[in-house]
Amino acid sequence: MNTADVLRFASFSLAGARTRTLLMVAAMAIGVASVVVLTSLGEGARRYVAGQFSSLGTHLLIVFPGRSETTGNPGMLLGETPRDLTLDDALTLTRSRAIRRIAPLTVGAALVSTHKRSRETPVLGSTAEMLEIRKMSMGQGQFLPGGDPRQALPVCVLGDKVRRELFGNQPAVGEWLRIGDRRFRVIGVLAAQGQSMGFDTDELVIVPVASAQMLFNTSSLFRILIEARGRESIEHAKQDALDILAQRHDGEKDVTVVTQDAILATFDRILRALTLAVAGIAAISLSVAGILIMNVMLIAVSQRRQEIGLLKAIGAAPAQIRMLFFAEAAVLSFAGALAGLVLGFSGSFVIGRIYPVLPSVPPWWAVAAAFGTALVTGILFSVAPARRASRLDPIESLARH
Amino acid sequence: MIRLDGIQRVFQVGDQAVHALRDIDLSIGAGEYLSIMGPSGSGKSTLLNLIGLLDRPSAGIYRLDGGDVTGLSDEEQARVRRDKIGFVFQFFHLIPRLSAAANIELPLLLAGVPAEQRKTRVAQLIRDFGLAGRETHRPDQLSGGQRQRVAIARATVMEPAVILADEPTGNLDRATGQEVMNILEGLAASGVTLLLVTHDPEIGNRASRKLRMVDGRIVADERASS
Ligand SMILES: Nc1ncnc2c1ncn2[C@@H]1O[C@H](COP(=O)(O)OP(=O)(O)OP(=O)(O)O)[C@@H](O)[C@H]1O
Ligand SMILES: [Mg+2]
Repeated sequence: MNTADVLRFASFSLAGARTRTLLMVAAMAIGVASVVVLTSLGEGARRYVAGQFSSLGTHLLIVFPGRSETTGNPGMLLGETPRDLTLDDALTLTRSRAIRRIAPLTVGAALVSTHKRSRETPVLGSTAEMLEIRKMSMGQGQFLPGGDPRQALPVCVLGDKVRRELFGNQPAVGEWLRIGDRRFRVIGVLAAQGQSMGFDTDELVIVPVASAQMLFNTSSLFRILIEARGRESIEHAKQDALDILAQRHDGEKDVTVVTQDAILATFDRILRALTLAVAGIAAISLSVAGILIMNVMLIAVSQRRQEIGLLKAIGAAPAQIRMLFFAEAAVLSFAGALAGLVLGFSGSFVIGRIYPVLPSVPPWWAVAAAFGTALVTGILFSVAPARRASRLDPIESLARH
Repeated sequence: MIRLDGIQRVFQVGDQAVHALRDIDLSIGAGEYLSIMGPSGSGKSTLLNLIGLLDRPSAGIYRLDGGDVTGLSDEEQARVRRDKIGFVFQFFHLIPRLSAAANIELPLLLAGVPAEQRKTRVAQLIRDFGLAGRETHRPDQLSGGQRQRVAIARATVMEPAVILADEPTGNLDRATGQEVMNILEGLAASGVTLLLVTHDPEIGNRASRKLRMVDGRIVADERASS
């Protein structure tokens, strides 16, 4: 019996039991589709995060006060509070040759008001370098001026949404407004760019770092952003930053420097693990489909005893009977897997339409794995029914109706 | 052609042994036309199934075409069955979802005969057995006589040396049974060895050799003196 004949015979048997066949194809299809959809969601989330990080700027390092807990510091356990980061700390970092530029960050929230309107807004204190480091672009006017960052100039730059809310259609650049109890002149408006790493720059007001420190009555910094000279100098820059700050803090290593790559890698690992986990869960539904197929095939074997007995009587060898049942399982799983792929891809297409920010494309490995698993489970779970069929006693099978 | 020596068949039912066949010695020449009669439960079907290699004897030796087939593996027996033996059953046993032509074609399919040859062979039988115009019909669209003709066509499509028919007319009315008998006797006349189990003495008496079985033994073996 050649392969084409076997497959044709198997397809005929499947077509002969339409409800049963449809049921099994559906079970298989749902399993495969859920693998495709879930992994495309996971992969979408991973790409989304990666995209967010690259919008943050390249070769970026972030310094924050305190040692990261994971390395463990006995001093911290003894109740020692880490020393604050200061503006001078930040400015000293430019001594390193691996560091191209730095931007100190101070954050707080304040009431921002014109004579007509007011709103509570996050206020960010930084320097002119911020624009380059965060890869932001200007809509109108200018960003913070260069010069001595210790100078508390009364100027500010607005996020696009803040501008709209405070000034509506009126020009904003050149106007004065009030932040907390101080007056600032608007010198620029950021181009609308939306979310970036948790900060919605459209909702920000940016002022010189010294002005922010005055506003919030603090001398410490929230973060220092560092841009390394190149990809190769990221590690170097990190080491330099740690050394310089330790030197300034009496040898105390009380800051943490994370690189964007490291953060990205962590997120990447987490999300990949997540994708794998959901793929695993979906694969379970595939094996459930496999068990369903086995069950239904076992029932089919007892329903088709007479046919099997007849096939034996006219000379079908046990191996041929097994082959016919395997072929049925293979045709079934193939149809199910194919339907599942169609279902899954349409599903992730629809999700992509509903949530355009999620680049929802199932990873090729998941598609291949889903397809492979469907075929393998289908055939694996048909081993038992096929064996049972090939061992039926032909006389008994033909005698009973 | 067929030689049985000291064949026994014992079925174990619970702790009771049922002797379906006891000490059967039988020799059948090529081209013989044999009828087997006897009361119900006398072992007729069991004997036919043994000869057809659907069953194995508990003891004894079965030679087919001179070779001992008793000890063959399942796979080897399947091949012998496919190539040398054709079965005809009381209840036809056609596959309901397949057309008449596809049912007839089945043994050729299992034997891996190329499609082209299959088609001509099946077309030939459909004509010979008066089934023209019915080839695409499914079994439930055929009369009993037509179904049995399809079943006989299936049994002969591999041109076997032996045809084993277990009450082939048992499920048909007299006239249709007559038709079917004519076809089978036509095959016997063409040189096929035909073994026919029947309860109908009128049909059984037409055979050139008549076996009578009682309680697992052959009690009479007459040849017509023609
Ligand atoms: N699978 C089996 N298990 C147990 N006993 C069996 C089995 N098959 C047949 N027998 C017994 O063997 C004996 C012979 O049965 P067999 O079917 O050969 O009779 P038969 O002559 O064909 O009868 P009938 O004319 O009713 O078809 C019977 O007593 C039957 O009960
Ligand atoms: Mg019988």
